[in-house]
Amino acid sequence: MRPSALWLTFVLLSTLLLGLSLLLADREQSAAAERLARGRAMVEQLGLTDLALFTEARYTRHLTQADRFAPFQDHPGALEHFPSGALVAPPNH
Amino acid sequence: MIELRGVGKVFNQGRHNQQWAVRDVSLRIETGQLTCLRGPSGSGKTTLLALIGCLARPTLGRILRDGEPLSGLPERFMAELRRRTFGFVFQRFNLIRGLSVLDNVMLPAYPEAPAHEELRERALGLLRRFGLGNLAGQRVEWLSGGEAQRTAICRALINRPAVLIADEPTANLDSRLSAEFMGIAAELVASGKTLIVSSHDPRVYESPAVQRLVGLRDGRLEEA
Amino acid sequence: MPSAFQRQRYLIDYSLMALGRRPGKHLGLLAVYTLIVAVLASVMLFSESLRGEARLLLAGAPEVVLQRLEAGRHALMPASYLARIEGLRGVSGVRGRLWGYHYDPFIGANYTLMVPPSDAPLPGTLAIGAGLARSRGLEVGDLLSLRAANGEPYGLKVAARLDTESELLSTDLVLLSEQDFRAFFGIPADHYTDLVLQVRNPREVHTVKEKLNLVFPDSRPILREEVLRTYDAVFGWRQGVVFVILLGSVLAFVILAWDKASGLSAEERREIGVLKAVGWETADIMRMKFWEGAVISLSAFLLGYLLAYLHVFHAGAVLFAPVLKGWAVLYPDFAPLPSVDGLQLATLFFFTVFPYTLATIVPIWRVATRDPDAVMR
Repeated sequence: MRPSALWLTFVLLSTLLLGLSLLLADREQSAAAERLARGRAMVEQLGLTDLALFTEARYTRHLTQADRFAPFQDHPGALEHFPSGALVAPPNH
Repeated sequence: MIELRGVGKVFNQGRHNQQWAVRDVSLRIETGQLTCLRGPSGSGKTTLLALIGCLARPTLGRILRDGEPLSGLPERFMAELRRRTFGFVFQRFNLIRGLSVLDNVMLPAYPEAPAHEELRERALGLLRRFGLGNLAGQRVEWLSGGEAQRTAICRALINRPAVLIADEPTANLDSRLSAEFMGIAAELVASGKTLIVSSHDPRVYESPAVQRLVGLRDGRLEEA
Repeated sequence: MPSAFQRQRYLIDYSLMALGRRPGKHLGLLAVYTLIVAVLASVMLFSESLRGEARLLLAGAPEVVLQRLEAGRHALMPASYLARIEGLRGVSGVRGRLWGYHYDPFIGANYTLMVPPSDAPLPGTLAIGAGLARSRGLEVGDLLSLRAANGEPYGLKVAARLDTESELLSTDLVLLSEQDFRAFFGIPADHYTDLVLQVRNPREVHTVKEKLNLVFPDSRPILREEVLRTYDAVFGWRQGVVFVILLGSVLAFVILAWDKASGLSAEERREIGVLKAVGWETADIMRMKFWEGAVISLSAFLLGYLLAYLHVFHAGAVLFAPVLKGWAVLYPDFAPLPSVDGLQLATLFFFTVFPYTLATIVPIWRVATRDPDAVMR
C-alpha cells in the first residue's frame, strides 16, 4: 500500500473518531440533564455555594466564600502551602 | 535542434573569486544524434550541460530548442522542461539514499501525478529493460557502480524525455562498464533520442557511437 | 490533467518515505509530541467539563450570601441582622445558615458540617457524604464520634448516606440537626454562620448588594453571579494553570521544531537539489516539506486528542486526581461529564499544528528557490 494511502486512512479514521467524540459528548450532556437537575435541586435545597472538590483547606473548600485574606487567617504573612491553593486563586469579589 | 547563441556563465559575480565558467559559446546540437563535449576538467563542460538542461541560467546569451527559448524562463517553466524534455544522468548519479531503486526511478514523475499503477509499471518496464528488474526493491546505497548508473539512466528516462544528458558518464566505471554504457547510449540514439554527453575519457569521445565531437577549453569552444 | 489531490498524494508519499528513513527518530518524536498534546488536551477537556458542570449545578446557589467580618476574619452573624434585613426593600426572604468545618484527626480529613434548611436529620443522627462514608468505612446505623468544641466526644448515628451521584457537591458533607450543630460547635442560639437572601427581582440584585453594603458595613455580600464567575475563572482556560500549561506546550512544540527550523544539513540540501534537478518545482519542494511537518504534527494532534478524551472521560482523569487532591484526604469520586468546546479544539489544533509545520518550511525557502546546478559539483 502506498504510504500516503496508509496515512490518509489514519487521518480519516481519527477524524471520524474525533467527530464521534463530539457527538458522544453531546449525547452524554443530554443524558446527564436529569442528574444535573437533581444536583441543582440539592444545591438549592441545602443552599450550597461550592463544589466539594478541594477539601484540603477551608479557603479552598469554599472558594467563593473566601477572600484574599482567608489564607492568611492562619498567621500573618502566611505563604500558601496547600497544593490546591496553587491551583485556585481567591475570587475577585 | 538545440541552439546556443553567445552563451556565457559567470560564478561569484562581482566578488574577488569571480569566474567565467563558460564564455561566448555559440553552438548547434542536432536532434537524434550523440554529441560529445570533450575537454579537460575545468573547461566548462559540466556548466554547459547544466545550461542546456535548464539546471542553470546563462548570464549572457540565449538558448533555444526548435526556435523555442530554453533560457530566460521563469522557474516553473524551467522545472517543467527539466522534467519533460530533458533527462539528466549525473556524474555521481545523485540517487536519493534510503529509498529503493523503484522509488528513485519514479521520483521525477511525481509532479506529473500520473496514475500510480501506470507509473509503477512504466518504471518496472524501464528497470527490466536495463537488467535491474530484480533489484526494484533494493536500497540504492547497496548497488554496485554499474547498477547505480543504470538506475540513474532509468530515472532520467521515466518521463520519456526527448534529450538525455550525461555528465562524465564513465568517470566511476571500469572499461567493461564503460563499453556497456556506450552501447546503451547508441541504443537510445537509435530509438530516436538526442544524447549529449561530456567527457575527458577517450573511451567515450573516441567511441564510434559518438556522431559529433565538440571541444571545450577554458570555457570557450575550441576551433574544430 | 493531473488533479491537485493526486499531486499532493505523491508529495505525501515522498514525505513519508523521507521520514521513514529514520524511523526510530521520527517515531520517538511523534510519541513525545503526542504526549504533550495529550496532556494539554486533557487539561483543557477536564477543566472545560468541570466549568460546565459547575455552571449548571451552582445555578441553584443562593442569590445572596451575607458574610460578616471581624478584623478581616469571618465572624458569626448575630440574629438581629436577620430582623434588620427583613425590612429591606427588594428582599423577599432571608434565613440564617449554619455550617462550619471540622478536622477529623482519625483520617486527617476536613469535613463540612451543615444544617439543612429543611428536612434536617433527627437530633442524634446525621447524613454523611459518600466520600466520607468510604474513608471512614461507615454504613447506615454506625456511630460517628467526633470531638466537640468543649473537648468531649460527641456521638451521632449515621441515618443516611448521601448519593454517590452527588459526590462532587457532597463528598465531605455532614448534615445534622440545628440542635446538634449548636451543641457540637458551641454556637449560641442567637448566632448564625452567615445569612442567605432571596431577592424579589433578580435584576435588582446589585441594588440590594449596595444597600447591604450601606446597612452592614462589617459584612460582605456574595452574589450568585459572583459564585458562578469564580468557577468560570478557576476552570477557564484563558487563565491560571491551564494557560500556563498551554504556553508550556507551545514552547515544547517550538523546541521540537528547533531541530528542523535551525537549518538544513548538507545532505538535506543536496537532496533538495537533486529533486529540483530531476524536475520538481520550488512549489513542490515547499509543499513536500510542509507535509513532512504536517504529517507529524497532525498525527500528534489527532492521537493526542483521542488519548486525552479517553483519559478524561473514560478513565476519570486518573492522572489529574493526585494534582487536584493535593494533601486532601477526601476527594469526590465523579466521572467528568464529556464536554467539548469547539473553540478550544480549534485553538488546540492551531497551537499544535502551526508552529511545528511552519518551523519545517521556513529554513527550506532559500534552498528551494536556488537553481539546482549545485548538485553537479
